[in-house]
Amino acid sequence: MPEEAPPEAKKTKKVRGTVVINLARCKGCGFCIAFCPPQVLEFAEDYNPQGYHPPRLTDPDGCTGCDLCGLYCPDFAIYGIMLKNGAPPSAAREKSDES
Amino acid sequence: MSAPVEAPLAANPVEAVLRSFRMPHIWCPGCGIGTTVNCFARALEQSKLNLDKVVVVSGIGCSGRVAGYLDLDSFHTTHGRAIPFATGMKIANPKLTVVVYSGDGDLVGIGGNHFIHAARRNLDLKVICINNFTYGMTGGQMGPTTPVSALSSTTPFGCFEPGFNLPHLAESAGAVYVARWTTYHVRQLAHTMGEMLRKNGFSFLEIISPCPTLYGQRNRLGDGLAMMKHFKQQSVLRHGAPTKEVGIELQGPIAVGKFVDIERPSFLDVMNEQLGRTLEAEYAGCVKDHVPD
Ligand SMILES: Cc1ncc(C[n+]2csc(CCOP(=O)(O)OP(=O)(O)O)c2C)c(N)n1
Ligand code: SF4
Ligand code: SF4
Ligand code: SF4
Repeated sequence: MPEEAPPEAKKTKKVRGTVVINLARCKGCGFCIAFCPPQVLEFAEDYNPQGYHPPRLTDPDGCTGCDLCGLYCPDFAIYGIMLKNGAPPSAAREKSDES
Repeated sequence: MSAPVEAPLAANPVEAVLRSFRMPHIWCPGCGIGTTVNCFARALEQSKLNLDKVVVVSGIGCSGRVAGYLDLDSFHTTHGRAIPFATGMKIANPKLTVVVYSGDGDLVGIGGNHFIHAARRNLDLKVICINNFTYGMTGGQMGPTTPVSALSSTTPFGCFEPGFNLPHLAESAGAVYVARWTTYHVRQLAHTMGEMLRKNGFSFLEIISPCPTLYGQRNRLGDGLAMMKHFKQQSVLRHGAPTKEVGIELQGPIAVGKFVDIERPSFLDVMNEQLGRTLEAEYAGCVKDHVPD
């Protein structure tokens, strides 16, 4: 009989990826939002110091970490990473300097 | 609410080759130049090249700013002279991977003569041309790629000169690798740039890129995002298409893909062969310095 994974493991497995956003750099072009395959980004209500609305994740579980947003962003303000069981790869784990 | 992430901003793959202290850059919101830099950063990362041996040469223009933002041995040369500068570099030090990264006005307007002769020689340069159909930096004048009937600051009643079909120009002049994508095609761009980094000979990539500020708005193409969507809609994949068929018209289809990928001895191959044969022992000592790794 196939074994069922415990419910918690199932839940963490769902989080496949996420984005790291440098809010201050964004110029609000909307490329990342328009071309995100699962459409999990939207403009935040808040302004950044340059006067633009940066993106934010609407559905953390929906992001695949495909990094298309990172490829599109002309201002180097966002990138996507794949997560293993809800955590970023250990090499990338350092203290966040998000501004 | 975003997922709890501790990955640092500095882990963005582009940061490995970016002069981060110079950010924010000067490019307008929705300008496509920065997008191409992401693709280039990923291509470099995947190429596993020793970055100490990769140089980037730009001319003048918004696109010409790329060199200044890259944390490589990068050179911001005079207008139109990126290719002659790169030529000297490659011949003096063949072990370098020399990338020329510049605008359409720079490379095929004032620099057009250098462009065709480097292609004729099949010099091993990787030429990346940001084609935004205009002279961006100086105020949106008509340039050598502006499509017929497009409005610009110097063609207020519509451009009436035919623009260059750049893939056709490159192939006719002798390029061994010719491709075109738009800034919408980010994965394809990274892949093509990777192929160029491995190719021996004159390789050319045209990237159709939005200049919303000076070209898009004037021609009612909308902002950067609208232009990107337009590129997506208008692009037609045509790998291997005869380059004379891939000219671009205002609002017309944009043929994209790899058009040319052939082999032909490069400038340095032929030089080493010829000088080795005529000078024999006298040249033998030099050959080792003149052979790329
Ligand atoms: C010898 C010389 N002539 C003219 C100029 C003015 N100039 C600066 S940038 C530029 C055009 C750049 O156009 P392009 O290469 O298409 O780059 P873009 O700004 O559109 O990215 C011109 C004509 C110059 N700097 N030097
Ligand atoms: S990493 Fe991919 S799925 Fe996640 S936000 Fe960016 S584009 Fe969307
Ligand atoms: S692509 Fe970059 S600059 Fe544009 S909205 Fe997204 S984060 Fe901001
Ligand atoms: S003027 Fe055009 S090419 Fe120059 S930065 Fe602005 S949008 Fe880009």
